[in-house]
Amino acid sequence: MPLPYYVSPEQMMKDKAEYARKGISRGRSLVTLECGDGILLVAENPSTLLHKISEIYDRIAFAGVGKYNEFENLRIAGIRHADVKGYSYSRGDVTAKALANAYSQALGNIFTQDIKPFEVEVLVAEVGDTNGAKSEIYHILYDGTIEDERNYAAMGGQADEIRRFLKDHYQEGMTLGDALQLGVRALTVTQNKTLTERDLEVAVLDRTKAQRKFRRIPLEALGQLLGAGSKPC
Amino acid sequence: MDGERWRLLFNDYSNSSFVELLRRESPHLVPGLGPASAAAPAEPVHGTTVLSMRYRDGVIMAGDRQATAGYQVASRRIEKIFKSDELSGVGIAGAAGPAMEMAKLFQTELEHYEKVEGENLSLEGKANRLSQMIRMNLPAAMQGLVVVPIFAGFDEKAGVGRLFKYDITGGRYEETNYDAQGSGSKDARDSLKKLWKRDMAREDAMRVSLEALIDAADEDVGTGGPDLVRGIFPSVKTITRSGFGDVPEDEVRRVCEGILADRTRNSDGT
Repeated sequence: MPLPYYVSPEQMMKDKAEYARKGISRGRSLVTLECGDGILLVAENPSTLLHKISEIYDRIAFAGVGKYNEFENLRIAGIRHADVKGYSYSRGDVTAKALANAYSQALGNIFTQDIKPFEVEVLVAEVGDTNGAKSEIYHILYDGTIEDERNYAAMGGQADEIRRFLKDHYQEGMTLGDALQLGVRALTVTQNKTLTERDLEVAVLDRTKAQRKFRRIPLEALGQLLGAGSKPC
Repeated sequence: MDGERWRLLFNDYSNSSFVELLRRESPHLVPGLGPASAAAPAEPVHGTTVLSMRYRDGVIMAGDRQATAGYQVASRRIEKIFKSDELSGVGIAGAAGPAMEMAKLFQTELEHYEKVEGENLSLEGKANRLSQMIRMNLPAAMQGLVVVPIFAGFDEKAGVGRLFKYDITGGRYEETNYDAQGSGSKDARDSLKKLWKRDMAREDAMRVSLEALIDAADEDVGTGGPDLVRGIFPSVKTITRSGFGDVPEDEVRRVCEGILADRTRNSDGT
C-alpha cells in the first residue's frame, strides 16, 4: 500500500486559496455604494430570475459572487438566522454584525476542514436609520476573512481595479441616480463594453422606506435612472 | 445512504417554512408544543370582536380595542388587526396571548417564505398555512385557550378581496361577503346582514363596519365601543391592490362621532 503523500499545511492552504480565487475571478463583479438615502447594490447579472442580491431582514441585505449554489445556500442560512433571531428577541435586535460573524465562522470552517473550499465572496450591508446611525458594510472572503468597508465595496473577478476606480471617484451623499451611474462605470472599468439595464441587477436599502428597507429597482425604473442621472434619491 | 442524500433535498418541502425551521432547530420557541397542563388558566385574557367585509376596492378589517379577563377589562388599547404581509391581514379573537403569538408567527412565516423563494405565497396558500397553525393550537384550545382568527387579503390573480373564517380545529371556510368573530360577533354579523351591500365605496364600507362594531359593543359586555373620554377608537384597516393600509384615527373618530350623533338624534339610543 502506498504511503499517503505528505503535504505541508502551508501548501495545502495555498492551494485551496488559489482554487477558490480562481473560481471567484471567473464570475462577474458586484459593487455596493453608500448614497444619500441608503445603500445601493449593483451587480452585473444578465439573469432576471437567479439573484445575486437579496433581502435578509428589515435593514439588512445580502450579496454574493462566485458559485451560485454555494452563495444561495449561505443566503438562505442568513435569512434563517435573522428570522429566528428576530422572532425570539425583537426585530431591532437583528444586526448585520452578528450575521457577518456567522458567515465568517461558516466560511472559515469550510475552508480549513472541507476538501473543497467555497468559491464565493459575500457581502452583508445594513443601512443606518434616519437619526444618523452609521451604515455598515461587511465583506467576507472564501476563507472567512472579514473586513468592514466604508462607503463602498467591490467583489468578484475584477474587484481590485474596481476598488481603485471607486477610491478616486466616490463622493459622499450622492443621489441614487449618480451612485448608480458611478457603480455601472466601475463595473465596466476593466472591460470594453457598456452595460445596459438588461445586464444589471440593482437593489437599494432605502432608508426612507418603512420597516423593510430593501427594494429591487425594476427594469423600466433602472433604464430611466441610467438615462437621467441626477434625479433625487 | 450517502448516495441517497441529494434525493432528500427534493423531498424536503418545508425548506421555505419558518414554522418547520423552528420545529426542527428551536422547538422550544414553537407555540403550543410545550407539555400541556391539566387545568386551563383561571381567566385568560380575551380579545373580543373583529370583523371583515368585502367592498369595492378589496376588503376592510375592523376590530374593537378592548381585552377582557373574566368580568374585568384587561386592556383598553389592544390591537387585534395585524398586517401579515403587504396584501393580507389577520384579525384575532379568543385568548389574546396565544392569538397574538400566532399572528406574529404567521407574519414571520409569510415573510420568510417570500424572502427564501423570492415571491409571495398565493392567498389560498396563506389561508391554508394559517389553518395548519390553528390546528397546532388544538390541544391548547381544548383547555379553553381558543384562537379563531379571521384572515382577509387581496387576491392578485383574481383581482378581488377575499376573506376566510376558521374554527378551532383549523377548519377553513371562505366567506363571500362579510364575517365577524369573537364574543360580540353575533351582534356584529346581524348588523352587517342588514347593512352590507355589494360594491360599497370606501366611505360606506367604513361606516358599515363601525356601525356593526358599535352594535356589538352595545349588546356584548366584552366588546368595547368608541371611548370618547380617553379618545380610543376601533382600529380599521383596508387591504386593496395597492397594499395594506391603516385608516387614520382622525377619520375613524369622525365616522364614529357621526354614527353616535345619528343615534342620539333618533333619541332611543339604537
